[in-house]
Amino acid sequence: MHPRGRFDERVLDRRVHAMSTASVPLRSNYLEAGFSLWSWLSSVDHKRIAVLYAISITLFFFAGGAAATLIRLELVTPAGDLVSAETYNKLFTMHGVIMVWFFLIPSIPSTFGNFLLPLMIGARDLAFPRLNLASWYLYVLGGLFTVGALVAGGVDTGWTFYTPFSTMFSNTHVIAAVTGVFVVGFSSILTGVNFIVTIHRMRAPGMTWFRLPLFVWAMYATSIIFVLATPVLAMTLFLIAIERFFGVGVFDPALGGDPLLFQHLFWFYSHPAVYVMILPAMGVASEIITCFSRKSIFAYRSMAFAVLAIAIIGFVVWGHHMFVSGQSIYAGMVFSILTFLVAIPSAIKVFNWTATLYKGSIRFDAPMLYALGFVGLFTVGGMTGLFLASLALDVHLHDTYFVIAHFHYIMVGGAVMAFLGAVHFWWPKITGRLYSDWWARAAAIVVFVGFNLTFFPQFLLGYLGMPRRYHAYPPEFAVLNVLSSAGAAVLAIGYLLPLVYLAWSLRYGARAGPNPWDAKGLEWLTASPPPVENFTTIPVVTEPPYAYGEAERVHD
Amino acid sequence: MGGLPLSPPTGSSLAESVDTLLHVWLALAGTVTVAIAVLIVYFAAKYRHGSAANRTMARGAALSRESRRLEIAWIVIPLLLFFVMFAWAADLYYVHAAPPADATPVYVIGRQWMWKVEHAGGQREIDELHVPAGRPVKLVMTSQDVIHSFFMPVFRIKQDVLPGRYTTLWFTATAPGDYHVFCSQYCGTDHAGMIGHVVVMEPAAFERWLAAGTGSQSMAAEGAARFRQYGCSGCHGPSASVHAPTLEGLFGRRVQLADGSSVIADERYIHDSVMLPRKEVAAGYEPIMPSFAGQISEEDLLDIVEYVKSLRDAPAGSVR
Repeated sequence: MHPRGRFDERVLDRRVHAMSTASVPLRSNYLEAGFSLWSWLSSVDHKRIAVLYAISITLFFFAGGAAATLIRLELVTPAGDLVSAETYNKLFTMHGVIMVWFFLIPSIPSTFGNFLLPLMIGARDLAFPRLNLASWYLYVLGGLFTVGALVAGGVDTGWTFYTPFSTMFSNTHVIAAVTGVFVVGFSSILTGVNFIVTIHRMRAPGMTWFRLPLFVWAMYATSIIFVLATPVLAMTLFLIAIERFFGVGVFDPALGGDPLLFQHLFWFYSHPAVYVMILPAMGVASEIITCFSRKSIFAYRSMAFAVLAIAIIGFVVWGHHMFVSGQSIYAGMVFSILTFLVAIPSAIKVFNWTATLYKGSIRFDAPMLYALGFVGLFTVGGMTGLFLASLALDVHLHDTYFVIAHFHYIMVGGAVMAFLGAVHFWWPKITGRLYSDWWARAAAIVVFVGFNLTFFPQFLLGYLGMPRRYHAYPPEFAVLNVLSSAGAAVLAIGYLLPLVYLAWSLRYGARAGPNPWDAKGLEWLTASPPPVENFTTIPVVTEPPYAYGEAERVHD
Repeated sequence: MGGLPLSPPTGSSLAESVDTLLHVWLALAGTVTVAIAVLIVYFAAKYRHGSAANRTMARGAALSRESRRLEIAWIVIPLLLFFVMFAWAADLYYVHAAPPADATPVYVIGRQWMWKVEHAGGQREIDELHVPAGRPVKLVMTSQDVIHSFFMPVFRIKQDVLPGRYTTLWFTATAPGDYHVFCSQYCGTDHAGMIGHVVVMEPAAFERWLAAGTGSQSMAAEGAARFRQYGCSGCHGPSASVHAPTLEGLFGRRVQLADGSSVIADERYIHDSVMLPRKEVAAGYEPIMPSFAGQISEEDLLDIVEYVKSLRDAPAGSVR
């Protein structure tokens, strides 16, 4: 082996070894390790960085949500009467850019991944704590820069930055917007590297690969995508800036470029990015469903292999965004069949979650309601994805509201639902407080109902032919748009409710013990909130994950 | 507020096939989704914490065997279904990719933010497309600026319209009427205003409409003038001093290329030969043709394409 590699390995080995034997005297919990703003902004504790991320992505979420609110208000009437077409185009660009890059992609990995990964594998921190803090700074700087560009001047290209519109025709601040996204990409890459090394090198004694919680498997698969796909996005955005600024022909045919090249490069990143949003959500659902069914996950190994399969096959389906782009019809066929194949591991996961409930002992605390809601909405999102994978059908449905409904079922119905499930499941661990279960369940139901009211009518709108990104539309689409906007109002209430009762719980909530849900998993062995060092003694793992009920239950 | 329509109008046989495909998908996906939802609710109710349901399960090898069988079933059955649905949808897509040889060509140019349409007879329209019912129509489309997409929900088809390239779309309309054409690829500020109509007419009425609209000369005649104006005839005409391919009888023929491959001389080939002459050099000729990219508008080029087409059955030497 390369001498340097061996050296690194020894260092890490010694570190893991030292951690696993030495018993650290329990100091204060991580929240009490310092109270100044600087103690937070300079902390390399993965738990504090997770909280920094949680606060930042929440702010971005509500900024993106504000843009969505204006979009839905505009669409209440067929005429474009609330805002101008130009403003409308800037709004949906703002909504997409913020939600995709500054909320969805970092959401679960950088908050819960950061907080839980070391705890779940029995480590004291991530492999590279300083790099972790650097990721957060890159994320915040890039995010604020882009949002600054979006708010101050606006960008009207859509989050997809299709060329040659974005490079040669848009008169808005495209270069500034892509610069921020470019910078945030490095944050994803660093997080991915950090997670991969941590999972490989820092597992507690006895924590074998097939004893890893499925959330950790999900983080592993997500990290692979972060590391392999994000550089392609960076390169593509860089080419946009080059063509726009220097007029070098890359994508614009008037300059000798190829506009479809952009779409290939963009979707080579952006389709796997969809799995960055959903894989962590799947990990969360697996943790919650097993806990509240008091049962081991059905077919653990299949679940672990399924997330890897999704991550890998997800890299070769990008062309399904281009069935009507002028791409070769034979390429279309290959991408269509590959898209059907990537649905198989997703289907396996849905069936396995359902089978996990069988003969369980099911409780309906708020996290479970979110998790079950996730399974239902993800199923609808996944099924409608198959409609779109079907070539002749996609020719009609492509770029209509059907697509909007489909991916919101995956990203909002799926990823955001799971994110909220994770918030409710691990809140006691993170804050040490319990929240009002009644209000939390009520919010889960409001979100579920509001979501369906908002997005189900959009399937119909798409089939009827309403194209996406329309500021004004023919009057026959009015009824369904009004329904959708009404649903959005309900959904907004559902999203605002948790802010209230969770904030309340921070001050008035009952103290949570180390393990309020009686859950398995190493994170529940330590105090809530965890001490700075995570564990007084590094645990030794002796049993498979999800050993709920009979300890001798067979795992496969 | 016009009630709550649940299906767009259906104006071609393809539209009916696409709807059938959609309905089968709805039935399949609906069954699976409802089955999962029912199972979740049933399990959730029956095995709720504290219920008296029987929870004894098979153990050890028996459990492994049972779960393996289940897993294989829910991998193999969806996989087979997926293959069937893939093949069906791909077949429909493939069959509909190539226009029939007798399709009437109509030329479409997209630009921010309107559709310019021109018929072979020289009739021009803006944001309107008149077509006859019962006869195949082929749209040859290009863009003057950014990417647009020509979407006709009534026929369940759309195709992106690219700058610097021809794409085609074809349909045989069945029901006379007036239907939406949308631009479905975001193209800038007034994207939502880039809405047109496709007007499907009885063939006789369509012929009358064509006749009423011939104010100017045909595209081919216009193209012949452009052919001389841009100096094409200097090399491709009868008195050419250089060795350049003759264009009579070219259209629709298979052309051998210098790199050993061959292509059908269709609209795209003619367009690319003018704009990107080094891309597909005909075998036996030197690559001496200059590129006209940036010098000739897409509209003039379409006229020239139609002119070259009109030479399909012309005897050699008809080029002036």
